[in-house]
Amino acid sequence: MKNTPVIIDLQNISVSFDGTTILNNINLQIHDGEFVTLLGPSGCGKTTTLRIIAGFLQQDSGDVIFEGKNINGVPAYKRQVNTIFQRYALFPHLNVYENIAFGLRLKKMKEDDIKAKVQAMLELVNLKGFGSRNIDSLSGGQQQRVAIARALAVDPRVVLLDEPLGALDLKLRKDMQVELKNIQQKLGITFIYVTHDQEEALSMSDTVVVMNNGEIQHIGTPIDVYNEPANAFVADFIGESNILDGVMREDFHVEFSGMRFQCVDKGFGKDEPVDVVIRPEDIDVVPAGQGMLQGEVTSVTFKGVHYEIIVDVDNFKWMIQTTQKASVGDIIGISIKPDEMHVMKKSEYSGLYGDYSSFSEEFDELSDPTVVEEEEE
Amino acid sequence: MKRSSLAQKIINAPYILWAALFVIAPLIMVLYYALTDSTGAFSLDSVKQIGDYGGTFILSISYGAVATLISLVIAYPFAYFLAHTKANFQRMSVMLVMLPMWMSFLIRTYSWITILGESGVINSALGKIGIGPLPLLNNGGAVILGMVYNFLPYMILPLYTIMAKMDVRLIEAAQDLGCGKLQVIRKVVFPLSVPGIASGITMVFVPCVSTFYITQKLGGGQVNLIGDVIEAQFQTANNYNLGAALSLVLMVMILICLGVLNYFTDSDDEVNGGVLV
Ligand SMILES: Nc1ncnc2c1ncn2[C@@H]1O[C@H](COP(=O)(O)OP(=O)(O)OP(=O)(O)O)[C@@H](O)[C@H]1O
Ligand SMILES: [Mg+2]
Repeated sequence: MKNTPVIIDLQNISVSFDGTTILNNINLQIHDGEFVTLLGPSGCGKTTTLRIIAGFLQQDSGDVIFEGKNINGVPAYKRQVNTIFQRYALFPHLNVYENIAFGLRLKKMKEDDIKAKVQAMLELVNLKGFGSRNIDSLSGGQQQRVAIARALAVDPRVVLLDEPLGALDLKLRKDMQVELKNIQQKLGITFIYVTHDQEEALSMSDTVVVMNNGEIQHIGTPIDVYNEPANAFVADFIGESNILDGVMREDFHVEFSGMRFQCVDKGFGKDEPVDVVIRPEDIDVVPAGQGMLQGEVTSVTFKGVHYEIIVDVDNFKWMIQTTQKASVGDIIGISIKPDEMHVMKKSEYSGLYGDYSSFSEEFDELSDPTVVEEEEE
Repeated sequence: MKRSSLAQKIINAPYILWAALFVIAPLIMVLYYALTDSTGAFSLDSVKQIGDYGGTFILSISYGAVATLISLVIAYPFAYFLAHTKANFQRMSVMLVMLPMWMSFLIRTYSWITILGESGVINSALGKIGIGPLPLLNNGGAVILGMVYNFLPYMILPLYTIMAKMDVRLIEAAQDLGCGKLQVIRKVVFPLSVPGIASGITMVFVPCVSTFYITQKLGGGQVNLIGDVIEAQFQTANNYNLGAALSLVLMVMILICLGVLNYFTDSDDEVNGGVLV
């Protein structure tokens, strides 16, 4: 994607409402044809970012650049950007056909062309023959398709999607994810997608932008943000992770849990304090005494494909996902390959996440960072 | 639901009684008087006389229509802008709109005499700069003014309610698809506010057509509408039968109007859900 030109460039965007900073110095470049996902907990400013790009909201400072041109003052109706709203926002007084034709009529297109375009759109979203239906007679999934067709009919350069699948059930959601991705690839237009579902973000996007508290934490490919998270927040928000307090003794040598290990990271200062992320699925369970560390199993949960084991190693509770079975009370060894330890610089999030000591089945949801956030406030 | 039907009946009883006493009984009385003569014998004389009042009916409808139209033209933009102001300001403004409604209708109307009269507020002010006195009172214009003034809140409130409830994202969606400010109003706000317009029209038109107090106080006998004729039959001519027959026709006309307007209101239940008043 990076070889296509930049279509939208957000430069130092800041916004505050009633004295509270909602977006703090957002810088983001989006390339033509890219599928970018804004990912972050509720209230982190994702919708606000979209509204600035759409032109519904003016930033307090900073610039919005569209294809090299500053569009700060350009009203929404003049921007080549269309939004697919979370709750669809279809016009209840118009039928499906007229909803999709809405933007085309404003462009003063010929009736024949409008008809052809609407038909093509209905086909694209699998709603052939629904043209004369009333909006309230459609299911949620069908309404969502109409909303997609309505936005795409006007040939936007950039489509903004604000949690478009949020109101759908899991099955439909999965189907629509695939469908949206297909549509995006087929038409080759830029999608800026908002979600707080990390799985959705990882599976659909070219680029994931992780946000928290109105600031961008990490911009990268899905593999990047998963494997090389920028800080403890990103590591914890995307997937499960054990985050340990460590010290980088020298290049390729990190110390945590009182031991020194070989790793693949370099470029830190000598004896610099760091956070070390280890994904639960990257840890191997070995017989006691044979691993790098060892501890007592405090909980085992069967998850279908794997077991989720919590192991207490010197009062730090690790989460391990493994196909090997263990029982509570067992002493087991754990082993981690050097390239599966990811060393990160310390950040404001250090120490907040990544220890499973309060973990239990009921707490599963509480380990969601959004909840941790709220508890702190 | 089925099992509670006895309880339901008991609960409903007072309302049914109320309706019978105050809605159905008067209707039957009106019907009775309309179809009898002064001796109480069956007669179609009164009904036949109605034809003589065709002109009055048309005049009443014209006055009602003009007053309703003016109310709509004033209320619509007012409601639109009000619905887009800060919540506090909206609450206060709605209070102010309703405030006159808590005062007696008679006093509100009467007060216009002291404003428009020959020695009223306006004419005495104009007199000081050597103009007038202008004939502001006792004409059709004053009657229309009285109608608009008295019933305007009933136009504003349903319009305001529907606009305040309108989903802003629909407006944003329209802008997003290329609508400028005026086009948003024409293509989205207006069509979605039709049920509110229908309610407003009903609530202004009906009392305008049947009023007699406004015409008497502000029209000074120059404007004779159907309400005046009916009132005269009961109060001075003592011809209850003709009065009842005219009322009946007025009622039927209003019912037809309501039926037509209801068609618009019903067409979109959701939007109309909570129209005030
Ligand atoms: N018009 C407004 N006035 C005041 N505060 C606002 C306004 N709009 C948004 N906010 C605040 O800005 C913050 C970010 O809101 P935003 O809608 O961008 O969050 P989000 O990331 O989209 O969250 P969600 O996932 O819940 O949709 C929130 O704390 C919200 O309360
Ligand atoms: Mg949002």
